[in-house]
Amino acid sequence: MKANCWAGRNKVEVREVPDPRILNPRDAIVRVTSTAICGSDLHLYDGYIPTMKKGDVLGHEFMGEVVEVGPRVANLRPGDRVVVPFPIACGACVACQNGMYSLCENSNPNAGLAEKLMGHSPAGIFGYSHMLGGYPGGQAQYVRVPFADVGPIKIEDDLPDEKVLFLSDILPTGWMGAEMCDIKPGDVIAVWGAGPVGQFAAAAAVLLGAERVISIDRFPYRLEIAARAGAQTLNYEEVDVLDALRDITAGRGPDACIDAVGMEAHYPVPAVHAYDRAKQAARLETDRPHALREAIMACRNGGIVSVVGVYGGFVDKFPMGSLMNRSLTMKTGQCHVQRYMKPLLDRIRNGDIDPGFVITHRLSLDDAPRGFEMFKNKEHYCNKIVLRPW
Amino acid sequence: MSTTINRQAHRLVGALERGLGGRKGPSSGALRAAITVNRPRREVYRFWHDLENLPRFMTHLESVDTMPGGYSRWKARGPANRIIEWDAEIVQDREDELISWRSLEGAAVRNRGSVSFSGAPGGRGTEVRVEMEYRTPGGRVGLVVARLFGEHPAQQVRDDLRRFKQVMETGEVARSEGSPEGTRALRRLFQHTAQPVR
Repeated sequence: MKANCWAGRNKVEVREVPDPRILNPRDAIVRVTSTAICGSDLHLYDGYIPTMKKGDVLGHEFMGEVVEVGPRVANLRPGDRVVVPFPIACGACVACQNGMYSLCENSNPNAGLAEKLMGHSPAGIFGYSHMLGGYPGGQAQYVRVPFADVGPIKIEDDLPDEKVLFLSDILPTGWMGAEMCDIKPGDVIAVWGAGPVGQFAAAAAVLLGAERVISIDRFPYRLEIAARAGAQTLNYEEVDVLDALRDITAGRGPDACIDAVGMEAHYPVPAVHAYDRAKQAARLETDRPHALREAIMACRNGGIVSVVGVYGGFVDKFPMGSLMNRSLTMKTGQCHVQRYMKPLLDRIRNGDIDPGFVITHRLSLDDAPRGFEMFKNKEHYCNKIVLRPW
Repeated sequence: MSTTINRQAHRLVGALERGLGGRKGPSSGALRAAITVNRPRREVYRFWHDLENLPRFMTHLESVDTMPGGYSRWKARGPANRIIEWDAEIVQDREDELISWRSLEGAAVRNRGSVSFSGAPGGRGTEVRVEMEYRTPGGRVGLVVARLFGEHPAQQVRDDLRRFKQVMETGEVARSEGSPEGTRALRRLFQHTAQPVR
């Protein structure tokens, strides 16, 4: 089959690889009909996530048709149309039973590697390094899905792929970012990053009853999409974000701040950006946390900082004093996608949200290398790329 | 990056060789490992108590055959498909609480140990604790044994426990294409590419 493989820093290649086969009784094989490139794939592309190997199949946002199931998968059969959540979760451990699926205790065969870097291991993830399992991803014609009796959600009506594909990651991730803000009437929510996750976080904050949602980015075309989702926008290359937020909230600061940027943030002050960029390049710091620092500084006293942007390792110059002295709460996590798929599918069905609004490009899987370049460099107003493997 | 894996690999392999030290003289050690399994204590004890289940999660074991009187014969596969066998006996067996064993005279790897089971607080299942002492011989036999137990012994027991938890909670050992055999220290260092396996 064809699959998009990591080929080193700034390089992916569509290669011919073996078809996947069932390895365990709870596996299923899915023939992928739509898959997407995620902003977090760029962290792999840029070489900032450790334990990648050349040839690894990428992709953790995908859906398709079940073609084969193992003997212990009773709820799916060949022909079923499914969306697959990006964290692999067994459904039986204490974490899964508490709804913390991205912390599944059984799905990462390389948990010992993750423990070295993080203390304890999170769940395995499709196409996202060997530290997180060494699972081939979904930017391919077929994928093996472990614990297929737990994760995949069946799409039994005729909703098109583009309306449901993002249930695999970015829609629930943005939603969880807003949900962690514990939004109450009158709340002002600020969202760093107007990429697809930030756009969904803004849309979710509106749906969850925020008084006002403010999206922060530097690309006008991305801010426009966030504005269509109901957000007011700030371009951090044009205004001082902290001043602007103080002004909008009459000095209080946003009640909650969402970091939908993560480890490769940009910063308008060249010296600060250069400091983190240099340390990251020298691998003295793995992550550039500008957005997170600013989200903390901006947040009102006693407010919530919600982090769904991806971090890989260590950050520098973390404003712990601001976080501690001002009684802030920081909530974080890779999305527990399985928890949100059903309620969000219902919201898609009843018209609350049509996630297709983030898509700007549709490419063949063969064009994945061009897609990664375009997405990384924000060429052609690229916001979200859907790949078709067939 | 693969270079990171390789660097970690070389460091750890060095540590393994130093730690095992079985190349020349005899070596010995003691280790402890623990894991929490989200299943009732009785069920966890019973699964372990049937020693013939052990190869399902102790991947270096080929088989364990139980015999009357608490005796058992253990077979493991070493380098070049060489089978190593030894006999062991149960020393203590307290239902739902503890099983302890020791190897019998003539075992290539003299070992003794125990596994204990206790309720995890907050209804989180069962805490499983393994303690072991082992002594490997020197010389040629020692070399074979060192290769057989070639993974860092403490890491190997932790991996065994992780697979035990997977089997108890999910009914299978989690396998990725990067680690098709499931959790295993050496494979962690020398991963297959995350591509489907032929």
